Amino acid sequence: MGARHCRAESFDAMPPVGTLGPIKKQPGWTMSLALIVMLPFLGAALPALMIRAGRNACALATGSVSLVALVLLLTHAPAVLRGELVEAGWEWLPGLGLNVNFFLDGLGLLFAGLILGIGLLIIAYARFYLSPDDPMGTFYSFLLLFQGAMVGIVLSDNVLLLLIFWELTSLSSFLLIGYWKHLPEGRQGARMALTVTGAGGLALIAGMLLLGEIAGSYELTEILQQPELIQASPLYLPALVLILGGCFTKSAQFPFHFWLPHAMAAPTPVSAYLHSATMVKAGIFLLARLWPVLAGTDAWFYLVATTGLATMVIAAVIALFKDDLKGLLAFSTVSHLGLVTMLLGFGTPIAAVAGVFHIINHATFKAALFMSAGIVDHEAGSRDMAHLGGLATLMPITATLATLAGASMAGIPLLNGFLSKEMMLDAAAQTSWAGQVWVVPLFATLGAVFSVAYSFRYVVRVFFGARRDSYPNPPHDPPVGMWLPPALLVMLVVLIGLFPATFAGPLVAATAAAVVGGPLPDYQLALWHGLTPAVGMSVAAVAIGLSLLWRYPVVRAAWQAGPHPEAKAMLRATIDALVSTSRELVHGVHNGSLQRYLVVMLAAMLALGFTVFLTTSHAPGMRPTLPAVPVAVVAWLLLIGACTTAVLLHRRRLVALVAVGVVGLIVSLGFVYLSAPDLALTQISVEVVTVILMLLALNFLPKRMPAESSVGRRLRDATIAGLAGLGVGGLAWAAMTRDFESLSGYYLEQSLPGGGGSNVVNVILVDFRGFDTFGEIIVLGIAALAIFALLDGALRGSVGRRLDAWVPDQARSKGRHPMMMVVATRVMLPLALTVGVFIFLRGHNVPGGGFIAGLVVAIALVMQYMASGFGWAAQRMKIDYHALIGSGVLIAAVTGVASWLAGFPFLTSTFGHFHVPLVGDIELASAMAFDLGVFLTVIGAVMLALANLSRIGRRAAHQAVNDEPMDAYRPAVLKVRPREA
Amino acid sequence: MEFLVASAVGLLTAAGVFLLLRARTFPVVLGLTLLSYAINVFLFSMGRLAVNLPPVINDLNKGYTDPLPQALVLTAIVISFGMTAVIVVMALRAYLESGSDHVDAMPERRSGGKDGQ
Repeated sequence: MGARHCRAESFDAMPPVGTLGPIKKQPGWTMSLALIVMLPFLGAALPALMIRAGRNACALATGSVSLVALVLLLTHAPAVLRGELVEAGWEWLPGLGLNVNFFLDGLGLLFAGLILGIGLLIIAYARFYLSPDDPMGTFYSFLLLFQGAMVGIVLSDNVLLLLIFWELTSLSSFLLIGYWKHLPEGRQGARMALTVTGAGGLALIAGMLLLGEIAGSYELTEILQQPELIQASPLYLPALVLILGGCFTKSAQFPFHFWLPHAMAAPTPVSAYLHSATMVKAGIFLLARLWPVLAGTDAWFYLVATTGLATMVIAAVIALFKDDLKGLLAFSTVSHLGLVTMLLGFGTPIAAVAGVFHIINHATFKAALFMSAGIVDHEAGSRDMAHLGGLATLMPITATLATLAGASMAGIPLLNGFLSKEMMLDAAAQTSWAGQVWVVPLFATLGAVFSVAYSFRYVVRVFFGARRDSYPNPPHDPPVGMWLPPALLVMLVVLIGLFPATFAGPLVAATAAAVVGGPLPDYQLALWHGLTPAVGMSVAAVAIGLSLLWRYPVVRAAWQAGPHPEAKAMLRATIDALVSTSRELVHGVHNGSLQRYLVVMLAAMLALGFTVFLTTSHAPGMRPTLPAVPVAVVAWLLLIGACTTAVLLHRRRLVALVAVGVVGLIVSLGFVYLSAPDLALTQISVEVVTVILMLLALNFLPKRMPAESSVGRRLRDATIAGLAGLGVGGLAWAAMTRDFESLSGYYLEQSLPGGGGSNVVNVILVDFRGFDTFGEIIVLGIAALAIFALLDGALRGSVGRRLDAWVPDQARSKGRHPMMMVVATRVMLPLALTVGVFIFLRGHNVPGGGFIAGLVVAIALVMQYMASGFGWAAQRMKIDYHALIGSGVLIAAVTGVASWLAGFPFLTSTFGHFHVPLVGDIELASAMAFDLGVFLTVIGAVMLALANLSRIGRRAAHQAVNDEPMDAYRPAVLKVRPREA
Repeated sequence: MEFLVASAVGLLTAAGVFLLLRARTFPVVLGLTLLSYAINVFLFSMGRLAVNLPPVINDLNKGYTDPLPQALVLTAIVISFGMTAVIVVMALRAYLESGSDHVDAMPERRSGGKDGQ
């Protein structure tokens, strides 16, 4: 079973799963199950490529993907109809309980068949529907992505996998609804659909996780075995409510129904596919899928059946007053989804059978109706009933198909819609709601009444009545590719209506068995069941429905007098309110003040640290301490003095800078004394560079500043600072007075034999932990480039003009480049460079190395700039510091990669001894090349930063670049620069 | 000796934090520098203190101090320099853009800067 860390006990009962291979029954077949899901995803790239070969090739390629998947599915159909379970899968993230497990039973077969079968028809239909201006490749790619996600939902065994596919359908449907990007309605509809179904998806994730938690498994096949356990759990109700949240939003159940009509802004093939046949049925599918474990309780009945009933009636009423064909169909879809939801909500097996049967029937007649609406829109140029009518003679094929499908939707005998509606009414007649036997039958009949009314209104207002002269386009029947798909569906409508047991019987039986999860009750799919109450309800529905239509203007006036809450505006208001609230909150907390952020962060850290410290017990450390030598005490006193000076006199900036420099020196001395020579060297050279940098910057910052903090503010800051110091100092004390274990023994032992150097710190840097160092020099290089970018940009625009108008706030020294210093630095340069190289070379064995050597050389070069002027130095040092940084990082990288080529991991070092005449035996390690990279990067970074700062200085100085006059050997130049001043 | 180092770390931290909370950029930079010292010494002290035991392999040595914190602190020192340099330049650029060296100064319109909270 592999490593199941978190939930081992509950997974023990699971059947064994091989890693990365098919599992369970039918080993030869199982992979094709996963392939059915993966094919649309794999094929999604195909249309985008094939569109170059033309629109027919594109549609053909897309269709063949769906066709192959459908054929693969049908190869499993016989086994499933026999009642077998086909499974496939492999472990993905077993630690999370997330496995790629698929299974196929009757329910999965029905839905996968609908998705792939209707998908195939939609693909054919869309080929003729989309105009030459529409990017067809994109459309088919989105469609296949959506198809794959849908098939994934219905075939997933693992609920986490199912959730992933669920979210994928939300995303891909967003792309499809917003396909016509230029239409604002399309974009708004897509956003609304994503908002509602996405929010529901979040609820569903929580609900499914709870369900998995209760059942102890994330495999549906496992979960479905444990209805008693799940329904007895205290988490049942929260899980149920959350899962229903996901299902109801996806299936557009009241009160989440409002997004579906807005999603009708999508191209008609999308509406037909997503909003009648597939996506909106995903919620229904999940209700059916989880029916065995969730259904049967009072909570389920009242939540699901009531929601379904309310949705069925309300949406049917609204549908009657829609003039837009697709709007009417959208609300009728909502209504029929409500019907199925209600049937599943009844919780009885016979109602579940009726629900399953209606899913099949609705999918056939509704997709046909959507396609017919698309044909009318396409050929007559409008889908508004106000501009249509009398099309029956102009487009007879379409009219016939739409009339048959519409009659089926109304529930007229001999068509499949009648059969399942009868079964619905029958089930409703036997259901009491809160002890009232009349509630459900009455409202169910009411729903049927309006269903009859809007179905006939659709057919009559579009195809019958007087012909008009003013159709936007001259109407005619579409090409065969466009009417054949709905014709196939209508054929099914009629065949199932006439011979239900033959054409739908086995599928309904297999599906219903999967939904119920047990033996099915006795039922018959037949035209005539005798004189039942359902027949009476049906007759009443047709009679009242037709009379509603007869008195339509009166009914409509009554409807329009009532209130009409506008869901779009309400959703927008809700979202606006959320956005403005979070904006207030964010802006209130994040007011842009650095000081406030720092205070909050520091206070939080102090609170956390001191809380933990004060609520636990502590023993004093037992490690013996070192004696404090007098020199150390003196240095400590100096440090205290320097710190105090820096704090008290921080408004006199130069003084404060000097104080900080003193602190740096004492820290360096401390490193020397405490056996850290490398650190001391580094600290002292960094100190020099830092002070130069700060002086350069200070040149442009105000030298003094006003006291602006109030006494209270300073007191508060001092308290925070004092507590922080106490905390960190105390922690350091506590750590230093306790013994510890270190892994440094390894480094000390291996430094010479493994790294070829006796300076362990350097060997760690360039060898053992070379990868860290590699990262660090990259960071250093990036920091230097950031400085370059910040300062280079400052030379232009408003800042550049400000610099041009700069008035130095301090008088300039007359002798900017004193002779003594010029001479001294030039004499010292070769010496300093030699020292730098020496420190670099010896670094592997005694204190030194690339970092320190780089800093020393940089200081030597900066001294030239300082002493002789920027222009003079720049003319003589034509080094591109960017290139220096780049080559440093590259050299380090190449050293690392070289060990790859030799078959070792990145940055493995090697070393050897070489005999050089006169010098003697020397040891060269490949790590030295790495150190060379460090060396170059450090020089480049330091020089780039300082050189750019001085560029700002030159810009503000308004003086010619002193490329000549500083030269000490030119007396003529000296004359113009009087030294006595 | 341990007390001297620990108290120095505490003092450096306190001074650094106090300066960090000032309203003008230069003290903030100095505060950051002091805080960097404090952190570096703190990290270094995690290898405990030792006198005359540098981690350089030598047959004459009696023993060695822990080299690992030293290696980490060495790079930390260089990186703190890089960080300080970036902060300094950001302070400079902000001052040139806004005409104010207040830490919360905004470019252009709010040239005077406002005082914290």
